[in-house]
Amino acid sequence: MAALTPLSTPPASPDAVPAPAGAARRRPRYWRGAVLTVAGLYFLTPLVSSFVFTVHVPGQGLTFAAYSGILSAEGFTESLFLSLSLAAATIALALLLVVPALIAVRLGPPRLRAVVEIVCMLPLVVPPIALVTGIATVLRWGPDHFSRTPLYQTFLAVQNESFPVVLVLAYTVLALPFVHRSLDAGLRAVDVPTLVEAARNCGAGRLYVILRVILPNLRSSLAGASFLTLALVLGEYTVASLLGFRPFAVWIVSVSGAEARMSVAVSLLSLLITWALLLVLSRAGTGPSTAVPGAGPSAAGPTGSAASLGSAGSAGSAGSAGSAVSPSAPDPAAAPIPVPGKE
Amino acid sequence: MTPAHPAAAPGPGAAPAAGRTAPGPGGTSPETPGPETASPQAPGSATANGTPAAPRAAGRPRGPRAARPWLGALPLLVFTGLCFGLPAGALLYGAVTRTDPVAGTTEFTGEHLSRSLQGPYLTSLTGSVQLSALTAALATVLGVLIAQAVVTSRRGALRGAVLTASGVLANFGGIPLAFAFVATLGISGVVTEIGHLDALGWNLYSFTGLTVIYLYFLVPLMVLVVVPALDGLRPQWREAALNTGATAWQFWRYVGLPVLAPSLLGGFVLLFGSAFAAHATAAALVGGSVPLVTLKIADALSGNVLVGQENVALALSLDMIVIAGLVMAVYLPLQRRSSRWLR
Repeated sequence: MAALTPLSTPPASPDAVPAPAGAARRRPRYWRGAVLTVAGLYFLTPLVSSFVFTVHVPGQGLTFAAYSGILSAEGFTESLFLSLSLAAATIALALLLVVPALIAVRLGPPRLRAVVEIVCMLPLVVPPIALVTGIATVLRWGPDHFSRTPLYQTFLAVQNESFPVVLVLAYTVLALPFVHRSLDAGLRAVDVPTLVEAARNCGAGRLYVILRVILPNLRSSLAGASFLTLALVLGEYTVASLLGFRPFAVWIVSVSGAEARMSVAVSLLSLLITWALLLVLSRAGTGPSTAVPGAGPSAAGPTGSAASLGSAGSAGSAGSAGSAVSPSAPDPAAAPIPVPGKE
Repeated sequence: MTPAHPAAAPGPGAAPAAGRTAPGPGGTSPETPGPETASPQAPGSATANGTPAAPRAAGRPRGPRAARPWLGALPLLVFTGLCFGLPAGALLYGAVTRTDPVAGTTEFTGEHLSRSLQGPYLTSLTGSVQLSALTAALATVLGVLIAQAVVTSRRGALRGAVLTASGVLANFGGIPLAFAFVATLGISGVVTEIGHLDALGWNLYSFTGLTVIYLYFLVPLMVLVVVPALDGLRPQWREAALNTGATAWQFWRYVGLPVLAPSLLGGFVLLFGSAFAAHATAAALVGGSVPLVTLKIADALSGNVLVGQENVALALSLDMIVIAGLVMAVYLPLQRRSSRWLR
């Protein structure tokens, strides 16, 4: 209907029909354009003027000193390296904790699912600054109460300047909601019980099932969780600064007093890098063209490899392995029945 | 373990029953298919029920499977208990107790909590609440305008671009955002100098300045939240309303807004929560010139409090957690309710 009316208006223009259609179309176009223009200006201006601010020095004209000086700036490489290694450790820890829990949730009772979800969402209720307050209190117990016990060494090790484990722990807590949400959405598209039972019936070990069957199906959501965690850790300031450590964001603030231009330049660069990462992520996450081939070979892969594993393990039982699949087919078919009931 | 067995037993038991009744009426030829369909099912149900036909195959995995899911989730539960529960518990305990430095005794007291609700601390709490409410309200209105402009647009590319940009910008905050705005609207910022804003009394390091900055990450967040809701507002409803003689205003008043209300309120609450918890941006920007509860907590944690008031930071954090908890308690039911209208 809507597509037909404009075509029919030029030759024959009855008074009633085109007037409302034209009015309805023209009015939204103006306000829509105005809204989007204002929004675009608001969101682009800080970026553009940050760039202008860094390259234009009053009285000197154009200079890229703010950018060329970054690499040689004192503390830059150390703080960036610290942030990146913290991010790597946080990603590893968060995935190691959440992936087994979420797989367990799919195979286990519904109560477990609720428990894991609540546990992962709880950090949303506690703002980062409140979490730091609690952590600082706990850390103060070390010298206060445990200075005579072997536990004191743990307190010291956790707060090691060169690699503060306590930050990894805190960041993992902060990242839990995002990691959980991303992986949960990814697992929703995977029939975990069927895959697990099928692979187990083909003779795959539990570790093999997780590494070669489940994880390949989760590739895009694993990447999503990792990128979000990376962005979170790289930009995190509150926890690190209040606990007295000096990763990247804290370093930016500390140089802003002496080198205002450079701090803006670094901010701009870190922003653009983070955005590039997130853009890659959103492309990878939303593109159905990437998801389908990703799921296809990985779904086909484990069955093929599991079959080859079975035949390699016991060449004589190839026939029995083939026959074992068909009678056991009702078993995995029966097992997931409680799962759709849960959802 | 015990609930798993009764739960698992009806599953396979029901499945063959359903399978057996289905071919019965469905099968047109009377007798010969009957025994045939029954005979392949007999081994299937035997393995599923764990009858002596295959006790090892079915019985072995089922026993551990009931316990194993908890095992997979155990690391996550232990981790959150240790790294989240312990600080939270310490926070709660410290907020309601007082330790006498001389005698070393600890007693329960409401002193810290009551002090956190008085004087400058109360001012900072109300300041935070005001700033969060104002920015959340503004961002809700602006976000809905932008989202509506995108949703009613026929260009798919525009929609994709705005949604991707929103996803990226909503993750933007903290230190880089603060410095981008310092370069733009700060004392020697580019836009400030071009527009001579300082002559007009503009000051970035104020309540208004913070509002402008917070909108930068709150508006995209709102766009992300509200676009699905606006998509759920079907064009047929509008056509039906217009056909029955309603004006555009009446459509929005009696159809559009009531349907959108839960999503809008949910979005507002979400924005309020994220503005309320924000610390890094304000810390890098205003120092202490705007009373915000996050800044006060950071201040108290760094030791800038009177002797005997150290635990006020804990009490303030507890206040924040209570407010954030209320926010989530409002948000979750609203989100559930609004999802009813989404396709």
